Order: sequence, then structure tokens, then C-alpha cells
Amino acid sequence: MDSKTALYIVKRLILAVFTVWVVITITFFVMRAVPGGPFLSEKAISPAAQAQLEAKYGMDKPLMTQYFTYLKDVVTRMDFGPSLKQRGRQVIEIISDGMRTSAKLGVIAAVAALISGVVLGAFAALRRNKLIDRIIMVITTAFVSMPSFIVGTLLLVLFAMVLHWLPANGSTGRGLILPIVTLALYPMAYITRLTRSSMLDVLGQDYIRTARAKGVSKRAVLFKHALKNALIPVITYFGPMLAYIVTGSLVVEQIFAVPGIGRQFVSSITNRDYPMIMGTTIILATLIVIMNLVSDILYKIVDPRINLE
Amino acid sequence: MDMKKLSMQVDLDSFIPATDEEKEYIVTMRPSSTFFQDGVKRFMKNKVAVVSLIIIVIITLSSILIPMFWPYSYDQMLGVQTGRPVDPSFKNLEPFEYGRSEIAAMEAGEKVFPHVFGTDASGRDYFIRVVYGTRISLAVGFFASIIVLIIGLLIGSIAGYAGGAVDLIIMRIVDIIYSLPDMLMVILLASVLKQTLAGALDGTILEHIGSNIISLFVVFALLYWVSMARLIRGQILSLREQEYVMAAEATGARPGWVIRKHLLPNCISVIIISTALQIPNAIFTESYLSFLGLGVNAPMPSLGSLASDALNGLASHTFLLIIPAIVISLIVLSLNLMGDGLRDAFDPKLDT
Repeated sequence: MDSKTALYIVKRLILAVFTVWVVITITFFVMRAVPGGPFLSEKAISPAAQAQLEAKYGMDKPLMTQYFTYLKDVVTRMDFGPSLKQRGRQVIEIISDGMRTSAKLGVIAAVAALISGVVLGAFAALRRNKLIDRIIMVITTAFVSMPSFIVGTLLLVLFAMVLHWLPANGSTGRGLILPIVTLALYPMAYITRLTRSSMLDVLGQDYIRTARAKGVSKRAVLFKHALKNALIPVITYFGPMLAYIVTGSLVVEQIFAVPGIGRQFVSSITNRDYPMIMGTTIILATLIVIMNLVSDILYKIVDPRINLE
Repeated sequence: MDMKKLSMQVDLDSFIPATDEEKEYIVTMRPSSTFFQDGVKRFMKNKVAVVSLIIIVIITLSSILIPMFWPYSYDQMLGVQTGRPVDPSFKNLEPFEYGRSEIAAMEAGEKVFPHVFGTDASGRDYFIRVVYGTRISLAVGFFASIIVLIIGLLIGSIAGYAGGAVDLIIMRIVDIIYSLPDMLMVILLASVLKQTLAGALDGTILEHIGSNIISLFVVFALLYWVSMARLIRGQILSLREQEYVMAAEATGARPGWVIRKHLLPNCISVIIISTALQIPNAIFTESYLSFLGLGVNAPMPSLGSLASDALNGLASHTFLLIIPAIVISLIVLSLNLMGDGLRDAFDPKLDT
């Protein structure tokens, strides 16, 4: 690793840390700007009880004091405070509970999308302009244009209600298949298109012809020379893919009733459980920022020719 | 000819105007075409893009025109009539079915306008709701893109033209906003703005539009201008090195003039293309937020909220979901394909 790459990594790290800080700050102040505050929906609450509640959650202190306390708690102990609606539970507990299911869904969906996308994309590139390539392109174009909630509900109707092949409830075992497929379809389509175009680009390069002319077998050229280089742009999609899966999981978990973080997040928005909204936003945002950072750095290390400035 | 050492050695005879006879020799094969005409010609050759354009025009026109003559309105509950008990026979009609009072009216010889897509769970004509929802989704997409365009254009051109410290500060801000996870921020802002704005809007014209749509626009104005600003800054940076800009500056043109007259017209195709590609993005975001209950205010429909409402009766009334699903996918797909076509036609240099 040369010094330029090192400098780039340091720069990206600083930007990432700064971004997370901006997210925490925005989240905090946006939430505090809500009129009526978090206890608004409590029925017929006396001013004394209101004051007591605010004191309990530290909301009677000056705004900046609250902010610094929150920032310190978040950074040092990942402490987002107690949930306002699920009494007696810490936000971080609820998040880590939901995360277990969501992470499983997300990771399986990402791996499935990656493998199938690369295979389909490389295949389409090798059969360029043949019928099968056309079919793959049409299907992937369609998937890229369909919002995840539409894909999800259509799959639900087809496989759970019409064909009765799979359960509609996605909490366990076979029920996870539909949510995973829903989450994976868009990234799969995207990766297919990405791989196809970069594969076509690589196959036109001189070194491919050189390798073939030297007598390297077709298979070795394909896997060692072409695919390896064609996959580099796919790395840049890791960050956006995670972002997509996170936001996709909000609706997918809603549709299939998966007890994950996305469903918790959506219900905390509806019952205005502010500490939950803040905690979930910050955790998910941090995850996405980290993934973007990793994929950018990986991209730079894998292909030093790339000038990211 | 005697050579004078310090003259320019020009033979004045070469500069006599051409005679009519000589002019005859200049043959114009065809009138020269402008950049715009070239682009249109290239675009017209792209069948997929043209078909997409036609589909968008048809959808847009029908979403504007159909509500004008359709006998039902989007928020009219057909079973509810003043002074009478609610008629439940209007709820969840299948396509081309009629409510009880309508069947009676038809037997009495009156003509009743059919419910082409049936009705929804509250007994509202579903066809007009889909048409109206399409109109809302298109309008949201269009105006959100215009907002993004204006802000991005302004900030991007200032950063690109001013350079130096101004550029540095603007671009750092752009970097940070760019690295924020946009959807999460959108959800966060939309869920809060919805409540903050609801009180503030009472009694103004904006109340009619609804706090949710306004907050959607605010969110777009806050977050989505960055990629537009980046694009325009890049364009301006490369254009301002051109000789004609230097010439304009040398003759005393002010920065505003140079930006408006020289720089912007030259990156207009890039601007139009990325605005066109922004519209499906905005429609996507709106439908996503509507699906989470953060979109348009009820009873106003949007394609996302129609799909979300349809979830409750999914098993028995699947078509209530299928119809908005098809419309939304068709719109987004056509807009994307048309945007790609525009890019290929008007910006041959730019690939993907």
C-alpha cells in the first residue's frame, strides 16, 4: 500500500466518522423539534405527571446538556436510553433482538444476490445479443423498476395465496424464503447488469486477446483474466446494496410479518417512540456508512489504477 | 509585385467578393442541422425510448383529462348518501359490478356508469382513485425533480464558477450529505415534518396539498440536490476553461452573465437528462413513503398508498393491489427507458 492510498483511507475514515456524528446530531435535534414532545399521545396526563416523566427521561435539562449526554451515552456505551412505548426495555436490547433476525435475512439475501447476479451477468455477457441475453436483460430491467413493496406483495399473493407453496408469515424456517427472495431480487438484477457491462468491457481488452493468443484455455481466460477484473466494479455496489437491503427490509418485514428491526422501526414511527426511532436510525445509518467505507477502500486496494480523487 | 519588407504580403485580389457564377459551384447537399435536431433524430431512431415516451404521454394526459368527465370523484363513498343508511353493497365491488341502488336504477331504465375497476373497501370507485393516484405520483415526481434541479443548479454553478474556498466548503457539505443514508434520513424527516408542518400549514393554500407532500418536497430539497450539484459543478469546471469563456470575461462580462449565457446552455443536455432520470426516483421514494404511511394525506390517493391500502384485503381482492402495482412499474420503467434514450441521443460522450 503506497502513501497515497493510505492518505485516501485516512480521509475516508475521517469523513465516515464525521458523517456518523452528523447523523446523530440531525437525529437528535430533529426529534426534539417535534411539537408536543414524546408524551403527547399519552391520554389525559396531568402537568405534574408530565414533569415527572420528563425528569425521569432527562428532558427537563437544557437542550445542549441533553445533547451532550446523549452523544456521550451513544458513543461510549451504545446507550440510547429506554424505550418509551415498550416499558422497561432498553432501546439497544430491542434493536439487538430485532437485528438477529434482520441480519440473517439481509446477509442471506446479499449473498444470494451477489452469486446469482454475477453468474447471470457473466452468462449474459458471454451470450451477448443472443436470445438468452435479451431475456435476462428484459427481466432485470423489470425488476429494477419495481418497488420492493410491490415485488413482495406480488410474491406473497402468488406463492402463499394462490399456489400455497410457502407460508405467508415470515418468522421462521420456510417462511423466510419469500422475504429473502424479495430483498434479493433488486440487488440481483442490478448486479447482473453491472457484471454484464463490465464483463463486456473487459472481454474487449487487449490482454484477453493476448492470453488467448498465447494459448491459454478458454476457461482459464474466462475465470482468471476476465471475471476477476470484471468483478471489481461490483465491489462499489456493496455499500448501496446494504443501504437498499436495510430500507427494503422495512417494508418486507412489514409485509411478511418478520419480527425484525425494520418492523420495530416502522411501528416506532407510528407510535412515536422517539428513543427507538433515534436509536434505530443511528445504528442502521452507521452500518451503511461503514459498508460504504469498506467497499470504497476495498475498491481502491483491489485496483490501484483507480484514481478516486 | 514588389515586396515591401514590413507589409503583410497580402494579395488583395484574393479578397474580391465571389461572382454569381462562382457561387453556383457551392453545392449544399442538405441544410445543416442543429445539435437539437440531431438529438431528436437520434432519439426517434430508438424504438424503445419512443414507445416509453408515448406511454408516458398517454398516462400523463389520461391522468389529467379523465377526472374531468368521470362521473365519480376519488373521495366519494358511493354507498353513503345523506339522509339514508350506509349501503354496504357498494363495498369491494368486482370490476363492472354494481351496487344495489344502481341495479335498481338500471332496472328502472337509467344508465349507470360502470365501475371499470370495481370499488375499494370504502365503496369508492377504484378506477378514478387509480387515475388520481397516478396524477399525484406524477406530480410529486415532477415537482420534486424541479426542486432538485433548481437547488442543484444554483449551488453547483456557484461552486463550479467561484472555485477556491467557496467551492471547497460547498463540496465538503455535498460530500457529507452524499454519504448520509438517504432513505433513513427521508423517513426520519418525513415522520417528524409531517407533525411539525401539520399545525403550521392550517389556513394557508398549502393546507390543501397536505403536510405529507410538503414534507416530502422539503426532504427532497434538503437531501437530493447533491448529485445534481456535483454534476453541474463538474460540467462548469471543464467548460470554464474554454476559450469563449475567457473571451467573454476579457470583454468585461459579469459572472452571472457568463454562467447564464455561456456555461449553462452548454451543459443543458446533461441537466435535462439527469432531471428526467430523477423523476422515477422521486416517484419511487413517494410510493415507498406512502406505503409506510408517511406519504400523501388520506383520502387523497397515491399509487403507493393505494397499494398499501390494498394489503388489508389482499386474499380476496388481489386486483386492488395488482392495478396500482402495474401502473407504478410501467411509469418508472418507461421513465427510466426514456431517460436512457435521451442520454444516448443528446449526450453521446456520456456513457452509463
